[in-house]
Amino acid sequence: MKDTAENKTKKELKRSEFYRKLGPLLALIVLIILVTVMNPSFITPTNLLNLLRQASVNALIAFGMTFVIITGGIDLSVGSILALSGALTAGLIAEGLPPIVGIIGGLFFGGIMGLFNGFLVTKGRVAPFIATLATMTIYRGLTLIYTGGNPITGFGGGYLFQFVGRGYLFGIPFPVIIMFLAFALLYCLLHKMTFGRKTLSVGGNEDASFIAGIKTDRIKMAVYSISGVLSAVAGLILASRLNSAQPTAGTTYELDAIAAVVIGGTSLSGGKGRLFGTFVGALIMGTLNNGLNLLGVSSFYQQVVQGIVIIIAVLIDRKGN
Amino acid sequence: MKRFGLKKQLLLMVTMIFAFILTACGNAARLEGEGGDEGETEELAPEDITIGLSVSTLNNPFFGQLEKGVVETAEEQGSTVQTVDAQDDTATQINDIDDLIQQDVDILLINPVDSDSIVPAVESANDANIPVITLDRSSSDGEVITLIASDNVEGGEMAAKYIVDSVGEDANVVQIEGVPGASATNERGEGFNNVAEDQLNVLESQSGNFNRSEGLDVMENLLQSHSDIDAVFSQNDEMALGAIEALESAGLDDDVMVIGFDGNDDAIQSVEDGDLDGTVAQQPYDMGELGVEAVYDHFSGETVEEEISSPLELVTAEDED
Repeated sequence: MKDTAENKTKKELKRSEFYRKLGPLLALIVLIILVTVMNPSFITPTNLLNLLRQASVNALIAFGMTFVIITGGIDLSVGSILALSGALTAGLIAEGLPPIVGIIGGLFFGGIMGLFNGFLVTKGRVAPFIATLATMTIYRGLTLIYTGGNPITGFGGGYLFQFVGRGYLFGIPFPVIIMFLAFALLYCLLHKMTFGRKTLSVGGNEDASFIAGIKTDRIKMAVYSISGVLSAVAGLILASRLNSAQPTAGTTYELDAIAAVVIGGTSLSGGKGRLFGTFVGALIMGTLNNGLNLLGVSSFYQQVVQGIVIIIAVLIDRKGN
Repeated sequence: MKRFGLKKQLLLMVTMIFAFILTACGNAARLEGEGGDEGETEELAPEDITIGLSVSTLNNPFFGQLEKGVVETAEEQGSTVQTVDAQDDTATQINDIDDLIQQDVDILLINPVDSDSIVPAVESANDANIPVITLDRSSSDGEVITLIASDNVEGGEMAAKYIVDSVGEDANVVQIEGVPGASATNERGEGFNNVAEDQLNVLESQSGNFNRSEGLDVMENLLQSHSDIDAVFSQNDEMALGAIEALESAGLDDDVMVIGFDGNDDAIQSVEDGDLDGTVAQQPYDMGELGVEAVYDHFSGETVEEEISSPLELVTAEDED
């Protein structure tokens, strides 16, 4: 057999693929079994729905973050976009506009904020870390200016607005439905359509992609806009669920989202990434939060555990490579 | 171009399905917090009671003491306490409380991050027929057995009167405010202004978010813009201690009087050391204890008053001699 060497590398490749693809899912299953053994009330349907609802905000932001990270970028402004678009929605509704206008307005502004990030990164040639670090503080500042530092409350918004965060459809919390719909849409976008292939290509090798005729700037602006819109969706869910728009909402959420993406096996150097992995990553984070709460673990220890999980995820990813 | 058409079709389909679900299945949709029936209070012995305790943040010694008061008092009587820490994030807190409700705790002691955004969590507890007691901060809506808090308005008045007595009428004072919108901020400010309006000259009020390092920053800034400050009223001790750092580095610590609020260990120590001039001391440990006593009263069928005042005491250098 002259091609044994080749076979071997193929086998290794397969194994690494296995690690990368199923590692996070296996981790999630193990985690679920572990928590269930220690506290059976974890696995009850109400608690699982509860967990999914808790994970939905982080998952939505992390979906957008996955696109950005695949292009080799990062978006630190997601938490601020969440807060500002939530506040703008609340503000528009408080002005007496119909809730649907407020909701669409919030999403629109979220997109604009993302687009501005993309603009800085592409046309301004500012490194994504710096650009979004700057806009993170700008958007947060604008939120504080707009709200005067006070939460916007008592704006009503009627059934439609309340339904976004607090509604149930067939017994399933509406944020969970939004999360699954967003996942399905974005999964198609990333893995089944040319846009996704172009995104992966831009992250893999930008120059080559450009030469191959891909409008790389346009792709990048699009991914930051997607991230902005998804952060705005998360902001709407939070504002609706809390019945108020908090000027400090979403602080440090960028870190949770990045963690979910990394746990899911997307490489921070770009070019590779899977939305399903991110989904699993967000569920792992949610399970940790919910499970450790159910087990009565102090929040101080919870933070340590979350950090360790991120490190393990990266180590497994290394091994996979 | 044909591919693009496909994409558009897909998007349209998903949107249509989405719209269909939303409209056609209206009767399958409901809101969180709808329905729920009044349950009779069952009588429980202390050793059969599990208390769910949600604290706004354990990073602040004040709430650490409050938690200690709850846990020690309850465990002495054989009750179980399960503590969750919201880390000052409103969204985390309502998720935490969902987790406690899943755990079927018998009663919830909630120390809200924010009085408005805690409402959905209180309503969820109401739905699950789990009684709620709030500590230190109130809930704007929903059914709560009692609120246990210091009379913050009275405390603010105490601080202002002390300044009038020590520095004299029409002294130039600045106020460092807490987290905007928090009831403690509003009430302490209200009490302070009640007295200060007529008897003091308030130069400026700025928020330091109840945080020591922000208190320091705010004081530094205030010193830049005002050279004639006689006294500082800080709405909590953490910010007061930050302000003292700023005054010390400016060499003004002996000229400017600083009054804090809360009476935490650091602040009492600082009063003893002669740095802090006084603090309106709350007794967070007692507050926790009062909370647990209210729990036992509730479960033994006694009526619990709607508001229970936790004692306040002005601690000054003179008392410490």
